[in-house]
Amino acid sequence: MAEYQNIFTRVQVREPGYPGVELPDGSLPRLGKPVFPWFSYWIGKIGDAQIGPIYFGFAGIASLICGFIAIEIIGFNMLASVDWSPIQFVKNFFWLALEPPPPAYGLSIPPLGDGGWWLMAGFFLTASIILWWIRTYQRAIALGTGTHVAWAFAAAIFFYLTLGFIRPVLMGSWGEAVPFGIFPHLDWTAAISIRYGNFYYNPFHALSIAFLYGSAVLFAMHGGTILGVSRYGGDREIDQITSRGTASERAMLFWRWTMGFNATMESIHRWAWWFAVLTVITAGIGILLTGTVVENWYLWGIKHGIVAPYPSEMTIQDPSLLQGVSQ
Amino acid sequence: MKFLNRKTVVLAALGASAILAGCEAPPPETIQNGYRGLQMQTNYNPRLLQASLEANVPPDAIPAAAEGGPLAKDVYKNVQVLGNLTVNEFNRLMVALTNWVAPEQGCYYCHVSDGGFEDDGIYTKVTSRRMLEMTQDTNAGWKDHVADTGITCYTCHRGNPVPEYVWTTDPGPGQPTALAPTGQNIASATVAYSSLPYDPFTPFLLQDNDIRVIGDTVLPQGNRRSIKQAEWTYGLMMHMSDALGVNCTYCHNSRSFYSWDQSTPQRTTAWYAIRHVRELNNDYVVPLTEILPDSRKGPLGDVYKVYCTTCHQGAYKPLYGAPMVKDYPSLQGPVPEGGFAALKAAEAAAAEAAAEAAAAVQEEAPPAQAKADMPEAAEPAPEAEAVAADEQAKVEQPAAPEVVAEEEPAEATAEAPAEVTEDAPAQEQPQQYPPRLQYPPPSMMRYPPAPLQYPPAPQTR
Repeated sequence: MAEYQNIFTRVQVREPGYPGVELPDGSLPRLGKPVFPWFSYWIGKIGDAQIGPIYFGFAGIASLICGFIAIEIIGFNMLASVDWSPIQFVKNFFWLALEPPPPAYGLSIPPLGDGGWWLMAGFFLTASIILWWIRTYQRAIALGTGTHVAWAFAAAIFFYLTLGFIRPVLMGSWGEAVPFGIFPHLDWTAAISIRYGNFYYNPFHALSIAFLYGSAVLFAMHGGTILGVSRYGGDREIDQITSRGTASERAMLFWRWTMGFNATMESIHRWAWWFAVLTVITAGIGILLTGTVVENWYLWGIKHGIVAPYPSEMTIQDPSLLQGVSQ
Repeated sequence: MKFLNRKTVVLAALGASAILAGCEAPPPETIQNGYRGLQMQTNYNPRLLQASLEANVPPDAIPAAAEGGPLAKDVYKNVQVLGNLTVNEFNRLMVALTNWVAPEQGCYYCHVSDGGFEDDGIYTKVTSRRMLEMTQDTNAGWKDHVADTGITCYTCHRGNPVPEYVWTTDPGPGQPTALAPTGQNIASATVAYSSLPYDPFTPFLLQDNDIRVIGDTVLPQGNRRSIKQAEWTYGLMMHMSDALGVNCTYCHNSRSFYSWDQSTPQRTTAWYAIRHVRELNNDYVVPLTEILPDSRKGPLGDVYKVYCTTCHQGAYKPLYGAPMVKDYPSLQGPVPEGGFAALKAAEAAAAEAAAEAAAAVQEEAPPAQAKADMPEAAEPAPEAEAVAADEQAKVEQPAAPEVVAEEEPAEATAEAPAEVTEDAPAQEQPQQYPPRLQYPPPSMMRYPPAPLQYPPAPQTR
């Protein structure tokens, strides 16, 4: 019984290497042979012990090439920004960035060294991501499955495009977009919230956070439930959607007794899918409205009565108004 | 199996301690600065605070000088700023100054050893004269920032000939010429190791670029300040927070950074402080560019300048608010003509005259006579009056360049030399100073604080 009380997979099903079914005519071949490397026991702890073969196809290979170009542009720009010093590159890696063009360029194409590289990296990264989306869609069709993963991915791409393309175009300047860099994109996140009067009062920001945290909660609830009932065959989730066994019954009863309501073996997956998808859709809407439709979310919140009032003990005045000077 | 588990527990414990070692030991000390329940509070680590308190203690004041005696200008040669002090007061200040600024180097740090004390042939003497004026004008004219606590040389110098915390324009890491510098994205202590613009001082504490970026309307009405520009402001704020050892909520209610009606009174002080520091840099420090040697300049040849850390050094008030200047009246403002004794006498005379005038009115003297008496009573002595006017002019003068710069930012550079020469008469040799620093790679400034070059709003294009 202890088999089921471990956080890692205790059961490893081993079978002869399986290369997969024959590909249709005209397909590019799969790469590699099914292998069980020396660390396959440890791979088996977190997933399937078999590695490969992998199928790239046209979209996959084109996506990898575009992604490689984007990463190279970003990486070499970062390296150049510390005067090609590898030591400084490593030391400052988390701080380095490829910045979008200065706002003064508007939507024109700037010189390479002043944001042009950013535009180019953005183009190749977007191409890479969209090609990878095509790949997820095609593989789903090829396997005869639904395209749910592809559409969830598409929702994330919508958010990505909103940040880096749609909103900058609406605002009339590439400079509004996010830099490529670890800390710089985080500072950008803080800066957009401050510039537009605090995202805390942006209802779509709130929705996105609710869905994001909700996704994590659902994930933990679902994973925990299924592991908990797997000793009764609950791991055969799909079977149990229609032909409920004791595992399904117990899982449902657990939640009904705990909180009075329960999902089903099928609906829990729709809950999870929608929470994940709505996280990025609501986030994208929140970004789209910022600066284009709403200038200051805090003041918008006051206008619509969502800002909690409290007394200000010492009300002070803007000294620039007292003196009649700018700033 | 059991052995493995025990090993795992030990490893896990080691890992957890390694992670916890990065935290500060609880409990923190918390001071509330806003309405209850808002988390508007300053947090201190008691251990670090104790160290800071011990490091920020002013030296004891030198006993007051004996009253009376001749004036310094009548005894010594070439005393331009402090000439109206008595010799005793003058020497006391010189001793204090040496202790504060050059305790190891002594008198000859600022005086030519074989040229007599009046010799101006050493740059440190000319510089300290200007610095004395700066201190006096700050204490007299910037009470919105320094209050009655005031500043002395020690506030910044702390026993060092060059204050420990100064800044120069940062050209950033060397970069290939094909790459326009962005002015940010390097690990830099100036902005508390964020990736924000690492030199927010040149645009905001030397130049007077617009710091405010947040829109104050619900819907967009033409505020075209960019997110990048917000990062420059953010960088300056990180510096201020770091310099004062406080967090955002010391001045702001973080739910709405721009709202004055929700900010703390400290924000008003900070507002004046920014303008004060700007004036210090433009009117006192930058004009010394030609006098100061290269060892007092940054990589771009601009002199060491003032920012918040220069005085504050991690304390919300420099030296935690120790009122040092009260023991040094000569630093509280420009010394009046005839010295403090004359001032006191004049004040006494004025009070007497006022009393007489009041008495005269009570005695039902003709109103015209009372009127004639009153102005005289209010003004101690014609001499002192002239000085007062002079001082007023001096105090007001520094404000002038700022006004000009605000009106015509583009021409500020061209006008700088002229303005600076106007300030110079106190010094012997009138000089042509280099123009104010061009905050360098123009492409850097194209976005941040340059609203003029900003693309116009879509509807106006």
